[in-house]
Amino acid sequence: MECNCIEPQWPPDDLLMKYQYISDFFIALAYFSIPLELIYFVKKSSVFPYRWVLVQFGAFIVLCGATHLINLWTFTPHTRTVASVMTIAKVLTALVSCVTALMLVHIIPDLLSVKTRELFLKNKAAELDREMGLIRTQEETGRHVRMLTHEIRSTLDRHTILRTTLIELGRTLSLEECALWMPTRTGLELQLSYTLRQQNPVGYTVPIHHPVINQVFSTNHAVKISPNCPVARLRPAGKYLPGEVVAVRVPLLHLSNFHINDWPELSTKRYALMVLMLPSDSARQWHVHELELVEAVTDQVAVALSHAAILEESMRARNLLMEQNVALDLARREAETAIRARNDFLAVMNHEMRTPMHAIITLSSLLQETELTPEQRLMVETILKSSNLLATLINDVLDLSRLEDGSLQLDLGTFNIYTVFREVLKLIKPIASVKKLHVSLSLAPDLPEYAVGDEKRLMQTILNVVGNAVKFSKEGSITITAFVAKPETLRDSRAPEFLPVPSDNHFYLRVQVKDSGCGVSPQDIPNLFTKFAQNQSTATRNSGGSGLGLAISKRFVNLMEGHIWIESEGLGKGCTAIFIVKLGIPERVNEYKLPYMPKMPTNHGHTAFPGLKVLVMDENGVSRTVTKELLMHLGCDVTTVGSSDECLQLVSHEHKVVFMDINVPGTDSHRITSRIHEKFAKRNERPLIVTLIGNTDKLTKENCMRIGMDGLIVKPVSLDKMKSVLSDLLEHRVLFEGI
Amino acid sequence: MDLVQLQRQLVDYKTSLYNEGFLDEQFTQLQELQDENNPDFVVEVVSLFFEDSERLLNELTKALEQQSVDFKRVDAHVHQLKGSSSSIGAQRVQKVCIAFRNYCEEQNIEGCVKCLQQVRHEYSLVKTKLESMFQLQQQILSAGGSIPM
Repeated sequence: MECNCIEPQWPPDDLLMKYQYISDFFIALAYFSIPLELIYFVKKSSVFPYRWVLVQFGAFIVLCGATHLINLWTFTPHTRTVASVMTIAKVLTALVSCVTALMLVHIIPDLLSVKTRELFLKNKAAELDREMGLIRTQEETGRHVRMLTHEIRSTLDRHTILRTTLIELGRTLSLEECALWMPTRTGLELQLSYTLRQQNPVGYTVPIHHPVINQVFSTNHAVKISPNCPVARLRPAGKYLPGEVVAVRVPLLHLSNFHINDWPELSTKRYALMVLMLPSDSARQWHVHELELVEAVTDQVAVALSHAAILEESMRARNLLMEQNVALDLARREAETAIRARNDFLAVMNHEMRTPMHAIITLSSLLQETELTPEQRLMVETILKSSNLLATLINDVLDLSRLEDGSLQLDLGTFNIYTVFREVLKLIKPIASVKKLHVSLSLAPDLPEYAVGDEKRLMQTILNVVGNAVKFSKEGSITITAFVAKPETLRDSRAPEFLPVPSDNHFYLRVQVKDSGCGVSPQDIPNLFTKFAQNQSTATRNSGGSGLGLAISKRFVNLMEGHIWIESEGLGKGCTAIFIVKLGIPERVNEYKLPYMPKMPTNHGHTAFPGLKVLVMDENGVSRTVTKELLMHLGCDVTTVGSSDECLQLVSHEHKVVFMDINVPGTDSHRITSRIHEKFAKRNERPLIVTLIGNTDKLTKENCMRIGMDGLIVKPVSLDKMKSVLSDLLEHRVLFEGI
Repeated sequence: MDLVQLQRQLVDYKTSLYNEGFLDEQFTQLQELQDENNPDFVVEVVSLFFEDSERLLNELTKALEQQSVDFKRVDAHVHQLKGSSSSIGAQRVQKVCIAFRNYCEEQNIEGCVKCLQQVRHEYSLVKTKLESMFQLQQQILSAGGSIPM
């Protein structure tokens, strides 16, 4: 028998062969189980793109396993069939493994990239997780801020705001210490105002110009600062490392920063400093979101503080107003009391003052009726007139309130203007001559004799003004002039509201009183018409008077629709008082009674000046005749002469008046006048010298006065005029009229 | 002529004299001075005025004919004339005299001569008028009436 068996290379009993035999067995086992496991797990996972690779790989493994299994039979002599099966198996395995190897070249990079993507996704997932955590933290922070803001805004009290801020911040951020440094009033230092833990802030200060502080103030972010910085040294130095410190500026906005139109600019220079310290023994760090929280809170605090400041301000203003109200009320009540007291006083004094005045006036008039010498009569008349005037003054002073109310009425009547002036002159002459002041009066020829107005008050005004002139002049002269004011001259630049309108039955009387006294300085002029105000120069201290005169005069002048003012070039330069009043033109003179005319004859005729011896000197025959006739008509005993020599020859003490009609006051008139003065030394014996002149100016008049004339009459002279002139002349022994 | 008519004529005449400026208020004053004690006062004064004026005018003519005119003298005369005319109320004469005096001050011979002519003219006018008035008055008086003022 021939056996087609194939002999194994090695004897089957060799130890190595035995081990190979066992290993082959286990390899085959493993090789058959691997695909099983693969199939199992592939089936389990749904996602596996390379299934057919797996099939390939499985086939490869199975065949390898088969190969090793078949190899078991080759250890013993085996038949050819077994060998051929073995060979086929090996060939197939070789085929499949080569194909698989080729396939793997393509597949492994893919597999590797899958792995990479997987790693990437994992990282991403971790990142998202982190971010989620962050967002949640921020949201929580926001909640904290809102809660904090709510707490802060729920109060308008500055201290509560700051305290609450510190507390809430401390709680939210778990701070060890939180402190607020406020700038002092001077702005040069920061003072520790509030702290969280320490109940009583020490109150010590830190200079504001520290580099760290400047750094913090220069930005509106929270800035990490060193724990050794002076503002951060708030806790006693501990054993442990101090925690991180953050400082942030708190702008202090003022009321003035809030304008209507623009939002508060951060141009404010004043900041407070808030310092926050983390716990010292933790390794906590300041996170960004925590810093943002702090910044947000700081802004809110700034706004809340401003609101509190505004409220404080308005409360203060309200309190102030209330105080002022109370004070004003008190003042008003005091004023009312004062007015009542004054009125009561006036009412009482009214009665008290009028009674004695009444007695004086009554008794003086009674005295007038008795037998008196001419001098006594003159004195009594003066007393009577003065007391009448005084009575009027009392009436006006005590009724000053009536004047101010405007309820005072003028007593209108027709009166003689010339007489008023003469009366004033008569009253003022004694005082003036005591002071050696020369008083002169000139009335314009076109001044109407009669006018309609309040005579008493006009006289009072003139008397007051003239009286002031006399009072305030130590020497020199007083000049009173009166004339009808022309419309152009009525306007005064100092009284733009005074717009006089002349009409047919009114005219404006302008009176000027010029004195050579102490004058008034320009700044005092407005005060002159104020009640009770007097300037305090030494001259006036002795002069007495209530200071009411000009104020009352001003009121009278105003009532007469006029204007009064004073001009002065300064102290020592004298002053001129001027007033303009509106007077009516009477219709018919003869119908009215003329109360102030003493002994005025009411009819023409020879009884006017019976037997009055006068001398008329006139070179012009015609006018001499006319003048003579005029005087004869009045009852005078007239002697006429045609030249100055004749005049001097004929003049005697029997002549009461010498009328000189001269063309120009030249040496002739001068000569005659001085000769007459020489001839008659005693004043009583000397005849009055009066000159008649065509028209004259101030210079001429002054010359006449200077050379010793007693009077000046402006031609043409009517009968009435001559009559009144003569009577005046004889009464006053002086007459100067005309401008 | 009827007395009433005469009187009315006189009144009209006088009024016209006033209106035309020949006479002014001074003349009225003169008339007021005339009364039963001195019934011819106005006529006397006016006659006096006429005499005076004629004398002055002659003086003026002589003075202005001189070679070298003495303005002071001329002025003095004119002043006198002015005074007289104003005393009786011869307004126009007086006005010319005022102008005359200005020329004298300026020593303007031509002006003076011209004024002198004017004065003469005015004077003769007023003289004529016054004489006519006095004639009327005489007529009324002889007719038995009284002079209306």
